[in-house]
Amino acid sequence: MGKIIELKNVNKWFDKFQVLKDIDLEVSPQEKIVICGPSGSGKSTLIRCINRLEEHQEGNIIVDGTELSESTKNIEKIRAEVGMVFQQFNLFPHLSILDNCSLAPIWVKKLPKKQAEEIAMNNLKRVQIDDQALKFPGQLSGGQQQRAAIARALCMEPKIMLFDEPTSALDPEMIKEVLDVMVDLAKGGMTMIVVTHEMGFAKEVADYMIFMDEGKIVERAKTQEFFENPKSERTKLFLSQIL
Amino acid sequence: MNLIAKPSKDNIKTYVPIGLFLVSLSFLDVFINAFFNLNLMGFLPSQLSYFLPLILGFIGFYLIRIEFSGVHSLDVLNKNINSNNFNALLTLFTIFIIIKSIPPMLDWFILEANFVGNSKDDCTGDGACWVFIKVWFNRFMYGLYPDAEQWRINTAFLILFAVVGASFFVSEKLKKYFVLFLVFVFPFLGIKLISGGSFGLEYVESAAWGGLSLTFIISAFAILFCFPIGVILALGRRSSLPAIKYISIGFIELWRGVPLITVLFMSAVMFPMFLPDGTFIDKLIRVLIAITLFEAAYMAEVVRGGLQALPKGQYEAAKSLGMGYWRMNALIILPQALKLVIPGIANTLLALVKDTPLIFVVGLMELAGMIGLAKTNPKWLGMAMEGYVFAGLVFWIICYAMSRYSQNLEKKLSTER
Repeated sequence: MGKIIELKNVNKWFDKFQVLKDIDLEVSPQEKIVICGPSGSGKSTLIRCINRLEEHQEGNIIVDGTELSESTKNIEKIRAEVGMVFQQFNLFPHLSILDNCSLAPIWVKKLPKKQAEEIAMNNLKRVQIDDQALKFPGQLSGGQQQRAAIARALCMEPKIMLFDEPTSALDPEMIKEVLDVMVDLAKGGMTMIVVTHEMGFAKEVADYMIFMDEGKIVERAKTQEFFENPKSERTKLFLSQIL
Repeated sequence: MNLIAKPSKDNIKTYVPIGLFLVSLSFLDVFINAFFNLNLMGFLPSQLSYFLPLILGFIGFYLIRIEFSGVHSLDVLNKNINSNNFNALLTLFTIFIIIKSIPPMLDWFILEANFVGNSKDDCTGDGACWVFIKVWFNRFMYGLYPDAEQWRINTAFLILFAVVGASFFVSEKLKKYFVLFLVFVFPFLGIKLISGGSFGLEYVESAAWGGLSLTFIISAFAILFCFPIGVILALGRRSSLPAIKYISIGFIELWRGVPLITVLFMSAVMFPMFLPDGTFIDKLIRVLIAITLFEAAYMAEVVRGGLQALPKGQYEAAKSLGMGYWRMNALIILPQALKLVIPGIANTLLALVKDTPLIFVVGLMELAGMIGLAKTNPKWLGMAMEGYVFAGLVFWIICYAMSRYSQNLEKKLSTER
């Protein structure tokens, strides 16, 4: 099967500080990958490179057959195919939940308003907040906001979903409702790359685990093997601390 | 030694009535003195009678300053205007000054003022000569615009007010067309109607325009154009393309650094010298462009403040949904940023309206300019006070209306974060 995301030898610096070192990563369609690691290890930066919210300086990133580089035209087209969910939700506070979801389909995919709103309502139903559609983000709980953000990304019907610590800013009680939505999404066959510390979630859905430290991929293994028989000492230490 | 106990809850029953009585007495004394020119305490030595109200009020305020008295109105009073000796003094001074200044103001504005007549000689009273405003009213509104053609200005403004008024009562969908008409059609229609020169309308050169109608015309056009230019400049200043960024910075800093009066003077006097022979741009248009660009530089900085206040996540979320630069700004960033800086925008636009009198340096006379002209008329010398009070009042009404509108807009657009 062809790869939908390929990273070859990617290096990235913030000024003189190297945040990504020789990253190689391949993702097949429908694969679910969970990236974990201590803070500052470069995991967020890595997935933000995949939709070019961050630019890499060396190596190749190929998403769905298109190489991302400075000369990439239509970067918007790639981004439209890659949904992203942020730690801080980043809903648009001046728009209702429904408008948050239907805005990009209307203006980027040029769908008629009615159809876009239909898609939006379907996705809101999928994350179980269709009853909140006409409220503004500020009126929703954190968990509801994050589910709305997931629905907003889904409305673009992306081929890949990136999750950047989607539950880190949530109260413990709300984490489950968001994870449930993500599990449901994974079972639906979405290609997902998730940065998270929720190891229960990782065990349930991940095909592969990736452990990063200091900008490097330290370990990459099938999920069961990763948890039961980690190879590197650093991974063992990390797992012993969070499990 | 406790001759007079400190005011407290225990002696509230005796202290508060005495205190209130003393305070009232001091106000009454000042009031009678101001309104009826009687000095009740005249029998006392002059120095004492002069300061007596202050002393009485001060003692009175001291007696009623009881903490947590349990009487709500007394607590509110003490908290707001009588929290300590210094504040009590300030309160007394303020109230005395207000009482003292009311009678002369009343006299000048109304009681001794002159309303009837049609020349300066009819103003026999000591107060304001409002006859001046009455006689010159037409000029103050229309400048030197020919009397027979003034219906054109009236019509233009009537259409404007009618469309704006009607837009409050129509559905959201129709409102869009009303706004489009007001922004893209009406300005040019209105100008054509006022300047004439075609459709059988007599041509009236812009030098004859003036008065309040010119204030409105200049303000409206400058506001209409400086806003989008300011937004573009603000975006330009934050652009990642160095050329656009530095051109924007250069433009903003250049226009912000020069006084408006200089800009106006240059636009009228120097700019034509650089034009090729035979080309001519109307003076009013040159002035309009100058004011617009000047205010756009200020507007740009206000809008930039709003752009910088938005969290980075909003940009990233918009980008991650596949929006390009213009869609991201038009749909996500600007609606939020502009909403944040409505007070700043209102500030800039109010300043713009109040800057319009400066166009006198190029010989154009809006309201304040016409008043300046009228007060130098030999038949009406010495009317500066009436004229500028009138101008101040008109400008205040305009600006207060704008300020209220901006506050309403702020309320209407607020969605809880």
